[in-house]
Amino acid sequence: MANPNKRRLAKMWNHVWIHALVWLLVVFAVFPILQIVAISLRPGDQLYSTELQLIPDGATLDAYRIMFTEKPFLLWLRNSMVVSLGTAVIGVALASLGGFALSRYRFGGRGAALQGILMTQMFPATMLLLPLYLLMRKLHLVDTLGGVMIAYVATALPFCIWTMKGYYDTIPVALNEAALIDGCSPLQAFMRVTLPLSTPALVITALFSFMTGWSEFMVARVMLASKELMTLPLGLESLFTTYQTEWANYAAGSLLVCLPVVVLFLVLNRYLVSGLTLGSVKG
Amino acid sequence: MKRGNALALVKLAKVSKVYPGNVRAVAPMDLEIAHGEFTVLVGPSGCGKSTTLRMIAGLEEITEGDISIGDRIVNDVEPRDRDIAMVFQSYALYPHMTVGDNMGFGLRMRKHPKEEITKRVGEAARVLGIEELLQRKPRALSGGQRQRVALGRAIVRNPEVFLFDEPLSNLDAKMRVQMRTEIARLHHRLGATMIYVTHDQTEAMTLGQRIVVMKDGFVQQVAPPLDLYERPANRFVGGFIGSPAMNFLPGHLIQQDGLRLVCADGQTTCELPAGFEPPAQTVGPKLVLGIRPEHVSVGGSNPSAATELQVLESLGNETLAYFQVAGQSVTARCPGQLTAGIDEKLNLSFAAEHIHLFGADEEGANLLHEG
Repeated sequence: MANPNKRRLAKMWNHVWIHALVWLLVVFAVFPILQIVAISLRPGDQLYSTELQLIPDGATLDAYRIMFTEKPFLLWLRNSMVVSLGTAVIGVALASLGGFALSRYRFGGRGAALQGILMTQMFPATMLLLPLYLLMRKLHLVDTLGGVMIAYVATALPFCIWTMKGYYDTIPVALNEAALIDGCSPLQAFMRVTLPLSTPALVITALFSFMTGWSEFMVARVMLASKELMTLPLGLESLFTTYQTEWANYAAGSLLVCLPVVVLFLVLNRYLVSGLTLGSVKG
Repeated sequence: MKRGNALALVKLAKVSKVYPGNVRAVAPMDLEIAHGEFTVLVGPSGCGKSTTLRMIAGLEEITEGDISIGDRIVNDVEPRDRDIAMVFQSYALYPHMTVGDNMGFGLRMRKHPKEEITKRVGEAARVLGIEELLQRKPRALSGGQRQRVALGRAIVRNPEVFLFDEPLSNLDAKMRVQMRTEIARLHHRLGATMIYVTHDQTEAMTLGQRIVVMKDGFVQQVAPPLDLYERPANRFVGGFIGSPAMNFLPGHLIQQDGLRLVCADGQTTCELPAGFEPPAQTVGPKLVLGIRPEHVSVGGSNPSAATELQVLESLGNETLAYFQVAGQSVTARCPGQLTAGIDEKLNLSFAAEHIHLFGADEEGANLLHEG
């Protein structure tokens, strides 16, 4: 039998190193955010500082004021909102229907479709940039928010379809059948019974699609040329010029970009957690 | 709530179901269900009973044949237009709706006035004793309550035909008996046509006015419960209906100081009682003798067999005694208490009027009640 003191010591040691590791990771995660907050508050455009103060000496909210008054931040925000919300709405609409078909109906090529959808996720987005650009040019969609939106929907859709399909698989088919007998058409049964029960998956799908549009830079950089169509990531990039970088403005803008997403995550937190875990256990 | 005498005959004409890959679920079957009749489809798992019910509901496409409800063929009619209601094994209550909304959903979809929906839901809730549950969500209900709500959802619609797909399978034994009585009461009250699927022969026997026994997609026999019990069409029906199951002794009959069964082992013979007079052609060829446990008595002056007692189960009101005759298990159901020791040699007597003879082939047709 092991010595109880030795066991207690081993348990304590385990505690210590697990906590040390967790704190180290927390520092890695939080430090950049605190740095950005500090930079956004510093007077002038100082990127580096010898101090570790969160609120630097002479802290000012000038950068935030400049973003709203001197920079077209609200225009970038509007463009990003249009693109992201559009991507989310189209993504949810297509994924909820596509996922349902793949979950509930048996048809020729279903397996191949599922595999094919999954396979599109294997290619890095940058690899698809050129063909995507050529396609959009043919469709006269280059330098339009609609074109960017279509590109984002295409990127987000495979994951969203799989999420929705996986969730529908956990909803008993009998519910849908009961609705059909109760007087619903197949579409009504889907809208009135299946869809309201799929809220967690719909939230995940919407959020994922929204985020695809919100933070994306590369596709937007290639597809959008007009200043008035710039999305937030492009707008922030425009603060870097050959001779000068407006670090405080850049930092303030970055934080402002994060804000709506943080709020969205907080509001949808409940659905998000259940949505990510649901489907893993049947019943 | 009792319906009028509108024609509501469900008719299946050569209806079959074959799944992709040539998997036959239901062989061509004919069945007619009269208005107001309570018909039970019974059989073991995979016999095609649920598929048949789902084809009637329109949830499963039929491969061949015609299904008619009333005076119209409904092969291509959507489930919502068949004027049916269905109670599912899993209850299939809409989790996001209250009990009241669940029950009124069918009427709402058919655009009935709000006042009428409230009235009919209230009336159904009163019949089923669930008035106080109307504002609750299904997750806050017990299994029995959920099943009542599912029943309520069906009766609110007042359909031509009620379909039940193993509705009591998820309930515990006590609740199952209670709900069984409830369904029987409901049938009596509504006088509606009901088609009920179960694998439980007790449910089938107690509820059905007519029972359809199925096996491997084929209908084995369609008959009222007592007919099934007393005159099973074949060995499968004989063994499936009745609990404990019918005893089977393979062998052949000979005339030697009266009628005897020579068991399949070639050594054991059972003397058959004097009153048992089968047709002459059954003497000689291989066959299977069937006798229900309740028709085997322990003791008696003219025993059919003498063998050692293996297991004794006392159930209070009756005792089940298990024996082996020529390698076959034989059960005797004795009223009251049986006092005997294990391995004690006892006489078994078969009741002459309850002996069945079945063919020895795979079909095992009843040789005493053919056709």
